[in-house]
Amino acid sequence: MNFWEYLSSRHQQLLTDAYQHAGAVFQCMIVATVIGVGIGIVTYRSEWGGSLATATTATILTIPSLAMIGLLIPIVGLGVPPTVIALTLYGLLPIVRNSIVGLRGVDPSLVDAAKGIGMSRPARLVRVELPLAWPPILTGIRISTQMLMGIAAIAAYASGPGLGNEIFRGIGSLGSKNALNQVLAGTLGIIILALLFDAAYVLVGRLTIPRGIRA
Amino acid sequence: MPEATATAEKATAGHASTKGATIELEHLTKRYPGSREPAVDSVNVGIKAGELVVFVGPSGCGKSTTLKMINRLIEPTGGRIRIGGEDVTHMDPVRLRRKIGYAIQASGLFPHMTVAQNISLVPKMVGWSKPRIRSRVEEMLDLVGLDPGEFHGRYPRQLSGGQQQRVGVARALAADPPVLLMDEPFGAVDPITRNHLQDELIRLQQELHKTIVFVTHDFNEAIKLGDRIAVLRERSHIAQFDTPEAILTHPADDFVSGFVGAGAALKRLNLTRVRDVEVTDCPTVTVDDPLPSIFNLLRASGTNEILLLDKRRRPYKWLRRGDLMRAEGSPARAGTLVHDTVTRDATLRDALEAVLTDNTGRVAVTGRRGEYIGVVDMETLMNSVHELLEADRLGAMEHRHEREEARAQQTHFEQEDVDAGEAKA
Repeated sequence: MNFWEYLSSRHQQLLTDAYQHAGAVFQCMIVATVIGVGIGIVTYRSEWGGSLATATTATILTIPSLAMIGLLIPIVGLGVPPTVIALTLYGLLPIVRNSIVGLRGVDPSLVDAAKGIGMSRPARLVRVELPLAWPPILTGIRISTQMLMGIAAIAAYASGPGLGNEIFRGIGSLGSKNALNQVLAGTLGIIILALLFDAAYVLVGRLTIPRGIRA
Repeated sequence: MPEATATAEKATAGHASTKGATIELEHLTKRYPGSREPAVDSVNVGIKAGELVVFVGPSGCGKSTTLKMINRLIEPTGGRIRIGGEDVTHMDPVRLRRKIGYAIQASGLFPHMTVAQNISLVPKMVGWSKPRIRSRVEEMLDLVGLDPGEFHGRYPRQLSGGQQQRVGVARALAADPPVLLMDEPFGAVDPITRNHLQDELIRLQQELHKTIVFVTHDFNEAIKLGDRIAVLRERSHIAQFDTPEAILTHPADDFVSGFVGAGAALKRLNLTRVRDVEVTDCPTVTVDDPLPSIFNLLRASGTNEILLLDKRRRPYKWLRRGDLMRAEGSPARAGTLVHDTVTRDATLRDALEAVLTDNTGRVAVTGRRGEYIGVVDMETLMNSVHELLEADRLGAMEHRHEREEARAQQTHFEQEDVDAGEAKA
């Protein structure tokens, strides 16, 4: 069976896997964005707070993904929970770092002006600082998503959802006639998903970055 | 004060604007932790309602810090601030700032919001209705000389520096605050634009009568704008707080005279405006007038020159007697273009400058939309300068006398205060 025949015979299974893969990454990204931007907002004002947040999330990223999932299985069991936790943790670094950089990069004279015309602290954050820091934050989210696309494949090790199952099945049956097809289908699927997400982010950027600060 | 604001709000609904409120700074002090000398040391300033007061001094003298303590962007460590008689030293700073307009260098406009959104920020925060905000934005843009239709939806980066600064002022004035603080607002624009913006501010102030505190390090700007000027030295010590005339003619000490710099007599020209001197008429024709009538006018009027106006009655060309002959009767080709015009708010210095550069020996005065009003010539300028200097000489003597009397009275009061204190004790 060549690759195309494999694809047409298994397209139902592949589409389900791809859908679950995308779904897992997307949902984990939402959680990671909320937590990451939150950490950024809390820490960007203090020198050491920002460094601590960046260093911690950077350390998380150095843990090999297989090891991370392996460590999570005894704690939260198999399936979806270890996948979601691992992906969310891995997704934090670019978002946290870019949030801090973005928020710190807002022109202090503008913050001063916002204060001077009587905006309260929350209003300043929501109306001035976050919108101005949004382009770098969005870049962080984009980098994070690309990263998670690849890492999500490992989730199959913990019986998680996604295209990783296809790859692991192929690796597990190396030498059989469909092994290469399975690995190839899983890998290409992930690449295509990553490109689609990236295109989506370009669109999100167009829609959410105010025209006045668009490059 | 609460009553005053209530009536003020009523007044704005009826399109009249809130007039200025008094500002009193009493022993205002800012001491930063870890430094022995205070950054601002016990400043006492009383500013009258509707007055434009300029804080001027060398950089690092604490003038900006003093200004920022008025809207508590910097919290004072000692002393008191009263606005309109109300003690605002411990008022909620957010609420306080909504009642004080604030314009800063490089405009401080938010780049991600349109001009209209920027201007409507404060009115929105204080809870104005949408239609009221919309009409206010139009009104404000019109006030600062920008066409609402054209600039409404633009982003700050699509504006020139001068236009941004105008929008910055419009934003500061949008919620009709009685007090306006301006922190070197024209510091970042080129000299020509700065001159225009200064003229605009003077015009605005004549319409609005806000209480304005303006910080600058440029003494000429201070002279041009201020009703009174506070010359500050290090730690915001007030070296002299007086009218520009008095500071120019009687600097209190060497520091002030050093700051005034050379050419005080010339700077004096900055204090008088074209509107204060006699604007004479000169024969004019418009480009649409038929040629024979232009000839007739040239012949009938005693002067050598007439002013040719364009279709919108703006000065266009100076026509001399021979010019039309040489240009074979075509006004379009004849005459010399008008280089420079001044408005009624321009200073005599600007006018003199224009007269000296224009070889006709006079300059056309124009109104708000650039339309012709009259001319000012060298003779008028000379006469008014003579009058000014004469008046100064008289005023000087009177002023010295007054100051001495005031000082005597001050000592007298202080003496009484001490006596009263002792009596109480």
